[in-house]
Amino acid sequence: MPEAARTSLRVRDPEVPDIGARPGLPARRDDDMRPYLPGVEPERQLNDWGRSERVEGFMDRTLVDFFYHHWFRVEVEGIENVPATGGAMVVSNHSGALPPDAPMIAKAIKEEHPHPRPLNITVEHFFKGYPGFSMLIPKMGCVAAHPANVQRLLYDEQQLVLVFPEGRKGTEKLYKDRYRLRRFGRGGFVDAAMRARVPIVPVCVVGAEEAAPIFAHLTPLAKLTGLTYFPITPTFPHFGLLGMLGYLPAKFRIRFLEPFHFDAEGLNEDKALVQTVAQEIRARIQENVWEMVKKRKSVWFG
Amino acid sequence: MGDGQEAEVGVVRVEDRRSAPRRVLITGLSTYWGGRLAQALEQSEAVEAIVGVDNRDPTRELERTEFVRVGTQHALLRRIVEAAEIDTVVDSRLVVDSVTTSPRKAHENNVIGTMNILAACSGSSVRRFVFKSSAHYYGTAQDDPAFFTESMGRPHPPTTRIERDIVEAEATVRDFAEKSPHVTTTIMRFANVLGPDVRTSHTTLFSLPVVPTILGFDPRYQFVHEDDVVAALGHAVFADIPGIHNIAADGVLALTEVIDLLGKRWAPVLPPWGTGLTAAVLRRLGLRIPPEMLGQLRFGRGLDNRKLKATGFAYRYTTRETVIALAEYLRLYPVTRDVAEPFRYEREVEDFLRWSPHVKNPAYRSQPLLSTPEAEELSRLAAAHAERTGTPGGASSVEQAETLVRAARADEVERDAAVARASGRSNGQEQSPAAPMERYDDLEPGEVISLLGSLETGDLLALRDHERAASARPRILAAIDGVLARREAAKGA
Repeated sequence: MPEAARTSLRVRDPEVPDIGARPGLPARRDDDMRPYLPGVEPERQLNDWGRSERVEGFMDRTLVDFFYHHWFRVEVEGIENVPATGGAMVVSNHSGALPPDAPMIAKAIKEEHPHPRPLNITVEHFFKGYPGFSMLIPKMGCVAAHPANVQRLLYDEQQLVLVFPEGRKGTEKLYKDRYRLRRFGRGGFVDAAMRARVPIVPVCVVGAEEAAPIFAHLTPLAKLTGLTYFPITPTFPHFGLLGMLGYLPAKFRIRFLEPFHFDAEGLNEDKALVQTVAQEIRARIQENVWEMVKKRKSVWFG
Repeated sequence: MGDGQEAEVGVVRVEDRRSAPRRVLITGLSTYWGGRLAQALEQSEAVEAIVGVDNRDPTRELERTEFVRVGTQHALLRRIVEAAEIDTVVDSRLVVDSVTTSPRKAHENNVIGTMNILAACSGSSVRRFVFKSSAHYYGTAQDDPAFFTESMGRPHPPTTRIERDIVEAEATVRDFAEKSPHVTTTIMRFANVLGPDVRTSHTTLFSLPVVPTILGFDPRYQFVHEDDVVAALGHAVFADIPGIHNIAADGVLALTEVIDLLGKRWAPVLPPWGTGLTAAVLRRLGLRIPPEMLGQLRFGRGLDNRKLKATGFAYRYTTRETVIALAEYLRLYPVTRDVAEPFRYEREVEDFLRWSPHVKNPAYRSQPLLSTPEAEELSRLAAAHAERTGTPGGASSVEQAETLVRAARADEVERDAAVARASGRSNGQEQSPAAPMERYDDLEPGEVISLLGSLETGDLLALRDHERAASARPRILAAIDGVLARREAAKGA
């Protein structure tokens, strides 16, 4: 994938200043644009992001429900750290060939939270360009990880957004590197949360590494199919595409940590602060993941 | 439709509160948008003059718009701008659909034409420049944001010719805006337009019994209703809104949702790989899918329309309602297809109706509707006349108005004769001709000019003398000369 098409929350496209900005007059701030958000049309089946309640509800009732309750037997701690109102960014560690962690976190908030809220999962731009994924992924509540998208969701629409700062580096790591967090991007997620002035809720997921382990990569096949990577897992590729869903029944534990708050305006201007906070969040998640692994008696029974 | 508003094609009322009178030049009058905008501006009392230029005949019926057949030669345009004291230029020429013309002609029109029009405007009386652009400026790419805002540049350089043209044309306009800070420059980037009247490549696509899509893709689509496009252009004429504005209806639909609303079926017949090749084959078979549309069929596009809404503009239709409006039209089309004849511009007829002294029916005069100041003026004259003669008005209001005007004219002629007699007696003395009526000098130039067409030639001469001697307002003098010259020409012919 060319460097330009890499997914990152770092603001990358050069902003083009608007014409006609008169000297002496302050440029219009984006703040006062919130009253002008489009209204909801109840007759519609999809929202403006392409999310389909029908598709999402169907998946939720069938596949996700089965995996959550019976296959992974998810246990949740600290759900009260997810705010009941307002925008918030949920930041998690990431793993698995076709990562099972994102839908499980979304389902956990839906099942355990006193005020269940939809979770917008940020995914790579790759999915928008790949036939099939492009059609299905947005309908299940996934949004491309573009800084403008995250800003609109967090600040303008005051929604929950799930971000995996490790990105692809997290999902393509091999089984031998399990529970060792990769670099947290370039801190773009902290920048985005600070810009939107919403809290970051760190999340630790244990079990996903064993549920979909990757033993090796077949790079030539990845090139041939145009996929980001072509992994060898216990069930893929020898059981075909459905093998991607062939998760092992590991016990899942999800722990929501204390949120980080960024209420002051313009914090993201301080790049050193952004990097420090990003490292701090990564360290906090890493510590908790290791602690959870330490306490775990069995991979399969918890 | 939608909120139960009457949707009458061709009649869009534009908001004209809180604005000084505008003198508007529309470039590209014969394009669909130029014609529609002229029709909308004609309804507004705050528009004093509408001049339209194009090198083709107008395609829509116009009442008081002056059509001048001229291309984009900047020297000629400059003379028109200066002569008519144009203060607002709306450029509606941009070609945004590569199917409609050849790439070279589109480039000539979009880039060179824009350059020429800006050259005609810079350093002139123009204070407002509205440029109709397109959301194709943003293109379509895999790593696009879900909603483009005005300050976002393209993530990648343009890939199709039309996109390249639009980016280039906008760069020229931006350059003009930076160099002319006294001109309010507005760039409006329109999403794809749909509606019962306008024909675009998307209408063609959606008119097919089965709509082809790309296998495995369900792009997000945002449209804007044709009436909202006209209203938005009118909004830019009256409200000073500098800068770039996205124009797109509320709501982004998935393509499958659009096709469902149209009551059609969709078939994923275009392959995800080699789509361009398949489109080329289809082009041979008669279905022309322009390259910029292929990008939309794959990745889709959404615009953030909030900046325009913040300036006080209200959309009449959402994207969903726009699609429903098209669906209703498509259902009716097989029944009505031969009923309405397309409008043909007949220059001789237009000239006759506008300038011939034999056109007596007020419905055909160049000023068919009385504006408020005119109506006030008329009622004042009527009151004075009734006082003097004691006769109440005739039967119908038109007749009544006609008699009143005639009577008032007779009064004026009488008074003018008296004035002439008086000035003949006191020859040698520098005395200005008497005012044609009381408080004439308090009238706005616009009000006077709008009344000129109804005066007899003799009255006009008298009025010119008075004006020269009293306040000598150049606009009025020029207008009187214009009316006189036109009458001379008509007599000569």
